[in-house]
Amino acid sequence: MRFMIHFGPELYQFVLICAIYAVSVLDKKSNQWIAWAALAGVGVAALSLANNGLFLYDAYKIDALSQFFKLVIAVGFFIVALNGKVLSTVDADKRVDYFLLLAISAWGLMLLCSAVEMMTMVVCLEISSYSLYALVPIRAGSREAAEAGIKYILFGAAASAFALMGYSFVLASAHTSYLSLLGPALSVANPMGMFGITLFLSSFFYKLALFPFHFWCPDVYTGTGNETAAFIATIPKVGAMAALIRLIHVASPNMALTDTLAILAAVSITFGNIAALVQTDVKRLLGYSSIAHAGYIMIGLIAGTAAGIAASTFYTMAYMMMNLTCFWVVCRMAPNGGNVSLDDLSGLHQRAPMLAFVLAVGAFALVGLPPTVGFTGKLFLLSSAWGRGYDWLIIVAAINTAFSIFYYLNLVRYAYTAETIQTKAIDLSRSAGAVAMILAGLVLLLGCLPAFVYDMAFVAGKQILP
Amino acid sequence: MTLTSLIFFPILASILLVFIKDDLRVRQFSLAAGFVEILLALPLFTYTPGGNVFQFVERVPWVPKWGLNYYLGIDGISLTMILLTILLLPLCVLCSWRYIEKRVKEFHICLLLMASVCIGVFSALDFVLFYVFWEAMLVPMFLLIAVWGGPKRKYASLKFIIYTLSGSTLLLVAIIAFYTQTGTFSIPEMMKHNYSFTFQYWAFLAMALAFAIKVPMFPFHTWLPAAHVEAPTAGSVVLASVLLKMGTYGFLRFTLPLTPDASIYFAPMMIGFSIASILYGGFVALGQNDMKKLIAYSSVGHMGFVTLGIFMFNLRGLEGAVMQMINHGITTGGLFMMVGAVYERSHSREINDNKGLGKFLPAYMFFFGLFSLSSLAFPGTNSFVGEILVLIGAFQNNYWVGAMAIPGALLAAAYMLRLLQKMAWGEPSSVPGWHGAANKKKFDINLREWAYLVPLALLVIYLGLAPGLTLRTIDPSLNQTLSKIQTLQQQPSAVALNIE
Repeated sequence: MRFMIHFGPELYQFVLICAIYAVSVLDKKSNQWIAWAALAGVGVAALSLANNGLFLYDAYKIDALSQFFKLVIAVGFFIVALNGKVLSTVDADKRVDYFLLLAISAWGLMLLCSAVEMMTMVVCLEISSYSLYALVPIRAGSREAAEAGIKYILFGAAASAFALMGYSFVLASAHTSYLSLLGPALSVANPMGMFGITLFLSSFFYKLALFPFHFWCPDVYTGTGNETAAFIATIPKVGAMAALIRLIHVASPNMALTDTLAILAAVSITFGNIAALVQTDVKRLLGYSSIAHAGYIMIGLIAGTAAGIAASTFYTMAYMMMNLTCFWVVCRMAPNGGNVSLDDLSGLHQRAPMLAFVLAVGAFALVGLPPTVGFTGKLFLLSSAWGRGYDWLIIVAAINTAFSIFYYLNLVRYAYTAETIQTKAIDLSRSAGAVAMILAGLVLLLGCLPAFVYDMAFVAGKQILP
Repeated sequence: MTLTSLIFFPILASILLVFIKDDLRVRQFSLAAGFVEILLALPLFTYTPGGNVFQFVERVPWVPKWGLNYYLGIDGISLTMILLTILLLPLCVLCSWRYIEKRVKEFHICLLLMASVCIGVFSALDFVLFYVFWEAMLVPMFLLIAVWGGPKRKYASLKFIIYTLSGSTLLLVAIIAFYTQTGTFSIPEMMKHNYSFTFQYWAFLAMALAFAIKVPMFPFHTWLPAAHVEAPTAGSVVLASVLLKMGTYGFLRFTLPLTPDASIYFAPMMIGFSIASILYGGFVALGQNDMKKLIAYSSVGHMGFVTLGIFMFNLRGLEGAVMQMINHGITTGGLFMMVGAVYERSHSREINDNKGLGKFLPAYMFFFGLFSLSSLAFPGTNSFVGEILVLIGAFQNNYWVGAMAIPGALLAAAYMLRLLQKMAWGEPSSVPGWHGAANKKKFDINLREWAYLVPLALLVIYLGLAPGLTLRTIDPSLNQTLSKIQTLQQQPSAVALNIE
């Protein structure tokens, strides 16, 4: 039993799932405790940071990278659980089930962080995706949510099919599905293997919403409930990044994959930012912004160094924090669970000064203005990739900041300068305000003093590329 | 610790402000914070010219894995800029006493944060730390214009932030490129390296774009009049007196020492833009009816003199440039405050609505006259020293460059005297704000206005009559800045031949 200690975070999450299930069977009402149980999960994940080992027929690797990402997922799940305390769009007797699905999805992503064998990866990804397929349409009486759900399932199913097909090609040509053995087997001399791994990668690009696998992203964000969108926008991308880091470092040294990645990243950044310029729905705007950020995150992987992986890892964490901050405000803005448009933000600084401030911090962090975590993350990303043959990508990424300022600034402009249309003050509970301030504080703190977290990410990067 | 306390005290004060409810208390607290900041700055007067290149150095590891340091230190150039910033903080609080009526607390928070990041910009010796402050400045300035601005504030604030942010995106790339070349983000260490010409060429362009937009130089100046006109008085003062200086400070601190070859190579272009700024700013200022717009365009011209002085690459030119930076901060800051004062009375910034004030606002017109004369570089005022030094530098460098800058000085006299003449003499305007003004004394400036005008007026005269101390303070730093370029110029290479 001693070796179970190694599986701290995922075991805890599993126990939590069982507990939620038990509650959902016995008592449909109480969901308030889940957030605090998730907080304990953060503690467990933090304590397990130093674990390492190779388990389950070498298919499951616990190392600095996986533990860092598990901690990030645990933090994210905690915030999402707090965020979902009042689920106005979900029927009262379904709320516990809602959390059950959320917890399972987060659990699948935690497992994904440790998967180092392709089939294991597919299975973990599916564990996380299937519960999300059920989650997306849960938004009482909303046709858009149903549409979003169907879109998410169809795109997801196609992505899974790609992954499995890619898996079969890789297995046929390289005769192994272990990532550690795959490296030498994949080369330009092995087109079938190359094709296979590209297909396999694309299913993770889909999760990350990297161009051209992004089409679901704005529609699903808009259609699904605000709380669900907060989850989908952040945590699955963290899990997908963990898997991508392992996959790309196996795949890219031997193939011309990096060029393709660089082009995808550049197009993703530019397309996401330009498409976001005209959006008026805040969630849709954040959807396009996340397409752009998927491109930014790839820059560290394109660099192909330990520092690059560390930068991508750090930025993934930063991305999650910034988006959860913005979504927290969006969810508080709409107590009835409706979508929030830019006009709804008008005069927010009078109706809820605290939320306006937090939204401003979140938006400026997404732009990448100092002293927020968005700036530090972007600095690490760009610094890691400069001088490695993709300088044009860095320039594209930097110039895009200028495109993106307009729509992020719109959030702040409406909140601070627009005349108030609705005079009704927003009913902001003391605790919700406190969490908002803590989130904003973290975004600023990690921007001012990033060394501690970056060092953890760096250890993870060193592990992958010594 | 002096610099750290100067940077973080305003931040601390702005956090404390959050808990103060009453508007009057907020103003008093901010004013007190401004005075405390001045007290905290007193140790800066122990700066020894000719001592270490950078003094008051503080260095703490920030992100060790990337070699980032919290690295501060000042030389003569930054010292003057920091003192100017700190002096203006309480004056800005005073000149907003009546002008700002809504969201008073938030306004003062923005003002304090602004002071803090400006001091940060002038004292950072780590390139990334510099960039952090440089960009962090955008947010409070944006809010100052967007929330407390005039009727077209949305347009002006958006233009301001998009312009300045676009300019500085490539600055970040340049910083990263320098890091890849040298393996350090520390500015003094970067200055010791030599870079290939191709590298300098691109690095210069990336940095010059950021700095030229901030200055602003002629083709990139269009955000400035909009921002100045719409910003509240204190916003205009900070914008004119401190923010624009960041651009020219960037040229002095980074482009000249880091990319000397490229600076020489691009000098003709930069000189051309400078002269274009001087002449264009002057001509456009001639045709303005809005007082603030007139002063805004005169800023474009004055800053043209600064960049002209910088790209002369001789000590007189640089001395003149730094003097002009200080002078422009004092004089234009003063003029904006005066326009704000008149606006509080007449609620109009049109020149025609504020005519004939000499009859009933004698004290006001005294100060206005002093600052106007200073603005047109009248001998005995501070700007005369700066402008004559720039012109000497220009004539030393090239006869024709000097000759082309002269009309700029004439234009300044033309537009400032036109403004002064209309405001001081003529029939009083019939705007409601001035009704019955002729019979009452109370329209003239009050104690609060005396309090913020007198320090600036004293500086105008002091720097005009006795600039020696300031020049002695900045000279060693300027020689340091010039050292690389002058060695290059003495051994003419293929690149250096482009300038005579």
